[in-house]
Amino acid sequence: MSVFRRIVNTFTRSKLHQEIDAEIQAHVEMRIVDNIAAGMSPEEARRNALLRFGNRTVMRERMTAMDAATSFDAFWRDLRYAARQLRRSPAFTAAALITLILGIGANIVVFSVLNALVLRPLDVPQPAALYNVVHKTPGNDNQSYPDYVDFKNQNSTFSDMAAYRIENGGLSTRDAAYKCWYYRVSGNYFDMLGVQPAQGRFFHSSDEHGPNSAPYIILSHNFWRWHFDSDPRVIGTTVDINKHPFTVMGVAPAAFHGTELFLWPDFWMPVVNNPDDEGTDFLSWRGSHNLWILGKLNPGVTPLQATDNLNAIARQLARQNPVDEDLSARLVKPGLMADMFGGPARSFLAGIMVLAFLVLLAACANLASLFAARTADRSRELAIRLAIGSSRWNAFRQLLAEAMLISVLGGALGTLFSSVLLNTLTRWQPFPQFPIHVTVTPDPKVYFVALVLSIGSGILCGLIPARQVWATDSAQVMKSGGAGTFLFRRLALRDLLLGVQIALCTLLVTSSFVALRGMQHSLHAPLGFQPQGVLLAETDLHMGGHFGASVTQIRKRMVEEVGRIPGVASVGIIDETPLGTGGSSSLVYREGTTDFRPSNSALGAKFFGISPGYLQAAGTRLLNGRDFTWHDDAKAPKVAIVNELFARSMFGTADSVGRRFVWGDKLPYEIVGVVENGKYDSLTETPWAAIFFPLEQNPNSDTSLMVRSQLPPAEIVPELRRTLAQIDSGLPFVFHTWPEALAFVQFPARIATAALGVMGLLAAMLAVTGVFGMAMYSVSKRMREFGIRVAVGAQPMQLMRSALSRPVILLLSGSVAGLVLGVIAGQLLAQIVYQATPRDPLVLGGVLITMALLGLAATWIPAQRALGVHPARLLREE
Amino acid sequence: MARNDLQGTLDLLVLKTLSQMGELHGYGIVLHIQRASEELLCVEEGSLYPALHRMEMSGWIRSEWKVTDTNRKAKFYRLTPAGQRELQSAEKSFEQLVKGIRAILRYA
Repeated sequence: MSVFRRIVNTFTRSKLHQEIDAEIQAHVEMRIVDNIAAGMSPEEARRNALLRFGNRTVMRERMTAMDAATSFDAFWRDLRYAARQLRRSPAFTAAALITLILGIGANIVVFSVLNALVLRPLDVPQPAALYNVVHKTPGNDNQSYPDYVDFKNQNSTFSDMAAYRIENGGLSTRDAAYKCWYYRVSGNYFDMLGVQPAQGRFFHSSDEHGPNSAPYIILSHNFWRWHFDSDPRVIGTTVDINKHPFTVMGVAPAAFHGTELFLWPDFWMPVVNNPDDEGTDFLSWRGSHNLWILGKLNPGVTPLQATDNLNAIARQLARQNPVDEDLSARLVKPGLMADMFGGPARSFLAGIMVLAFLVLLAACANLASLFAARTADRSRELAIRLAIGSSRWNAFRQLLAEAMLISVLGGALGTLFSSVLLNTLTRWQPFPQFPIHVTVTPDPKVYFVALVLSIGSGILCGLIPARQVWATDSAQVMKSGGAGTFLFRRLALRDLLLGVQIALCTLLVTSSFVALRGMQHSLHAPLGFQPQGVLLAETDLHMGGHFGASVTQIRKRMVEEVGRIPGVASVGIIDETPLGTGGSSSLVYREGTTDFRPSNSALGAKFFGISPGYLQAAGTRLLNGRDFTWHDDAKAPKVAIVNELFARSMFGTADSVGRRFVWGDKLPYEIVGVVENGKYDSLTETPWAAIFFPLEQNPNSDTSLMVRSQLPPAEIVPELRRTLAQIDSGLPFVFHTWPEALAFVQFPARIATAALGVMGLLAAMLAVTGVFGMAMYSVSKRMREFGIRVAVGAQPMQLMRSALSRPVILLLSGSVAGLVLGVIAGQLLAQIVYQATPRDPLVLGGVLITMALLGLAATWIPAQRALGVHPARLLREE
Repeated sequence: MARNDLQGTLDLLVLKTLSQMGELHGYGIVLHIQRASEELLCVEEGSLYPALHRMEMSGWIRSEWKVTDTNRKAKFYRLTPAGQRELQSAEKSFEQLVKGIRAILRYA
């Protein structure tokens, strides 16, 4: 009978009855005919035929019951029985469930993040055809506007190409002002992406007619909802952006939030409009790289063909323009600031995914040994069941049902636990000053993975007892009382599993120690400034409508008046906070250079604009020369302060005061001071040369006021706020302490440390339960032997040695292997975490102590049990 | 020692019958066993049908509703390859049983 028929039978019990009845009826009728032929009367023939069957109802019931034994009924019975069995051994159930929840939960969390960051495309039509065009050398992803125009017009492989950059500025209406993040995009941006407006209309390339010709903005759905009450009448009205009038043209759909996965901007405006209108704009400057290019491939064109096509154009451009001599093209998946976060984030996540998977494997290994130990404990029960006529298949099904129940339950709980974690992660805003949302809500793909993981691990664990059921020889087992002869052969595989698991745990523990030490280093690394005790007040003066001379004046007033606040030790201004969102860099030439192509440059340097007093406020040591004064203004001779690295690589000596160099604006600058080296972009960067210019010789509206004071921030901020409001009440300021602001650069290291720490903790817990389970099992199997040995005079140490030598040897060899792996992995880690090195006595010592503690924790109870053996009682029990 | 019980013997009879006769309904099986054993063995209907059902679930035999020579609908059974194998092993263990019993009777 086919399986299908069996299933149908279960649901149509009455149909089965009917079929049996029909069969018997046919039999009875044939018998009647034969009986009559043999000479019986019809009456007699009928009676005889029926009598031969005995009780027909009883027979029919026997047949249907037989059928049900292999149907869903039996399946439910198995499950109910399994649930009862698990309730009866809560310790085993809890251990197995926790193991699974950890293993599966960790995988779901990591997979969801991977899914959100790497696998999920941008939420626009045809996301697979979209690519960011970046330079061949990683880390430099911005393009200039003229290069963008040439790429767009000359290529034959893209259906269209858009450019965008992300800026912040102030949007003000008649009633309110907001600090906003917005996109400046080329006119074809929305058309290329194929997005339709929710209200009004979008701008097109036909709306652009040169600089400042298209004063329109498109509001994001959220901004429209929160600040304009979803009022459609806002379309066509005028708002001010950095005090310049712009017309609201439309509203983007709710789901569209630009072309970065985690950034939620407030509005979009055409790139040709510059709300910072003063000074040189980048639209005509080929050397100014500050746009991202996003292209949509023609159908049928491969990324490789497109790259070749763009590189041909790049070579052509390099011939025509000296500044383009290094131009080259590479395509990357969009969504993570081109390749800036994409590269490191992807490889880091892939690494973590591997670790999570290893944790799951360790969990499975644990679970398998738990189940194997449990089945071995029950071998006597199994043997009895087989002896009294249960089929092997029945016994196996029973064990499998238990494994499946555990794994599905564990999977469900693991999913629940991870979705709670993920929800927290989604609500989490890592940097309050940026509109970043990490949406990692699980989607069907994630639930599918969870299901596969739990069922897969269930079957894996179910297969272990299966071997045992098939190998059980009931007579043998009942005779020898359960301590099967297979024990040692079977342990060999489990030994290996456990050894691998311990090695893995050591690897993770080592990695997290390395990362932790790196974090600690990075907190005490020489930064080239002293962030402790410094308060930052950041603003963009353009938001208050300050341009030209007004900028200089207001900055001077800020420094002077804030300096008068009681308790303020020193105060200064820098345009871009070091180790903030990243400063600008530029090429530097030796004096006398006339041909300004990149290959003729002396070096590349970070540059900043600073006010007099900044060096003191920031705590940057001046090695030679002098600080700036307010007389180093636009009319005075061009001067600069450089860092020691700059001085040494340019002139070979730190004492280079009075020397000159030529900067990107082709003008000579005289060095008036040399300061200590510092960190400017990230904690793990290779040291940069750096130049500091007087603010007025390097016009810029970004302003970061640094206030050094002994007073706690809570006391100084209200006074600071009041003073700044008196200078210009319309300027939006962001206040935070410098250590707080540094959280941004420490973020990757923090995340890496946290992830490794959690994984290490998981692996450690699994290793403990694994070693514990094994030690406990080996002790409990040998209790009778120990009893006899104690009775004949064995010493406690001898017992300990034979009970625990195997787990301890495993622990030792696993730890050594893991430590070696950890040292190798530490080199990879050094790229994410500052000065991460495993060759650190503290790290090595820490790992050894941790593993020793884990071993102690795992073997303590089994050892106690082995030592507490009471021969008389034990022998009586047996 | 081979597995031997009365149920096994009934199975053996049914399997052997089907292997000799090809396709047969329950009543036909009863008649055939009776005839072939020269009226020595009489299969009880009350045991036959549960046995047929069990063997069908074990995959040894397969059933099909068909029309008999006398134009009556009945369920016909036939041997499957698995049933063929089962028959061989059942025959072998039955021979052993007979041998064993004979040996004991000789002693007595």
